[in-house]
Amino acid sequence: MPRQRKPIPGVDPKLLIKDAAKLLPEPSRRFFLRGAVSLGALAALSGCDIIDGDTSESTLRAISTFNDRVQAFLFNPNTLAPEYPESMITRPFPFNAYYSEDEAPDIDADKWELEIGGLVDNKKSWTLPELNKLPEVSQITRHVCVEGWSAIGSWQGVKLSDFLKMIGADTRAKYVWFQCAEGYSNTIDMPTALHPQTQLTLKFDHQTLPRAYGFPMKIRIPTKLGFKNPKYVTAMWVQNNDAGGYWENQGYNWFSGL
Amino acid sequence: MSVETTDHLPLAVEAPHGVIHPWWVRVTHWVNVLAMFMMIGSGWQIYDASPLFGFVFPREVALGGWLAGALLWHFAAMWLLVVNGAVYITLGILTGRFRRKLFPIHPGDVVRDLLAALRGSLSHEDLSAYNAVQKLLYVGIIFTGIVIVASGLSIWKPVQFQWLTSFFGDYNTARYVHFAAMTAIVTFLVVHVTLAVLVPKSLRAMIIGR
Repeated sequence: MPRQRKPIPGVDPKLLIKDAAKLLPEPSRRFFLRGAVSLGALAALSGCDIIDGDTSESTLRAISTFNDRVQAFLFNPNTLAPEYPESMITRPFPFNAYYSEDEAPDIDADKWELEIGGLVDNKKSWTLPELNKLPEVSQITRHVCVEGWSAIGSWQGVKLSDFLKMIGADTRAKYVWFQCAEGYSNTIDMPTALHPQTQLTLKFDHQTLPRAYGFPMKIRIPTKLGFKNPKYVTAMWVQNNDAGGYWENQGYNWFSGL
Repeated sequence: MSVETTDHLPLAVEAPHGVIHPWWVRVTHWVNVLAMFMMIGSGWQIYDASPLFGFVFPREVALGGWLAGALLWHFAAMWLLVVNGAVYITLGILTGRFRRKLFPIHPGDVVRDLLAALRGSLSHEDLSAYNAVQKLLYVGIIFTGIVIVASGLSIWKPVQFQWLTSFFGDYNTARYVHFAAMTAIVTFLVVHVTLAVLVPKSLRAMIIGR
């Protein structure tokens, strides 16, 4: 079954909150069968059996993969996401996850390290003080959620493309994969990883990144939907295989570019 | 683009004598019906994930079951909608059909025909000629179709197509424009389908051409 959800280590499924409920599938029913009325009307019109679930799902996923390629083509590495004045920052900036704020990872900064792996020359792990010493970049950009809402935030941290070059990453590799403390994960394409606004984010609005927004580190990618901006990141791997991601594996479009 | 020189150009796409709707109008019409069902149904489900107003669409009329499913439908059906719409508009211009059938539209005729329609005294004898209200509505719905695609692209790609997004204001206002265009299309559909039922031969003409 392609749509089975993986359990999230350390998170009690019963505590998943209402925000997530909008996103979560009901495992008892396959998602494409729900629009029974519309689909029934469609079937009547077309006279063919388009309610065949497996065919619908595989066709829709094939088109989604085609849309990944279209989006990679549309992605211009030199096009910057619009930046906004400080006065337009959304306050308070929303917390958003498939768990409640209380359930968010509470990471001990002294014990935390960013693990580096894959096609990288220097695989040394990075502590928070080490990352904080690196040159800082800043952006005020719009976070766009796959649900449709958006919020403008201010993020500071290390330019990912500089960091990748510094650690000797093979930037001809196809993907960068991020693992997070709560079991969340994300794979992004290398062109997006090298985009000038893609950031290893250590601060929100010039303050240490709060727990709600991903302390100690999130990846800020203003050219992708919010769920492609992982929080509580613990490891980064440069690789040629697509390791998927938490939401992507459940049917959300992989590229999800803006 | 000049349509004068192409008025008599395409033999294959020009309707034979007595045909009200040439084959390409009928084909693109029914393909569009299919695209409309999928785009509107999945669009309602997507709306429900983050409603702009104080209501949601009932799950029974929404397509996709949950947000990810609806997004898969929406971004698959968009190709059908756009390719079909592009074929329709291109042929409508090249064959001169738009110019002949939809223009000119005189405000005075619109008022006259609207009043006649409200009195129930509008003639439907000759289906090959549109009254002024029909012309206005058909031009309006083609325009709305362009707006819903443009606002949709603005929401889908607010970085790559930021010039288009800023045409609608910003990302948020583009969402409202997209919703308003959907509302206009659904309102049109209600009127359009009601009238097709009231004048059944118009439905027949859209199926068999005459």
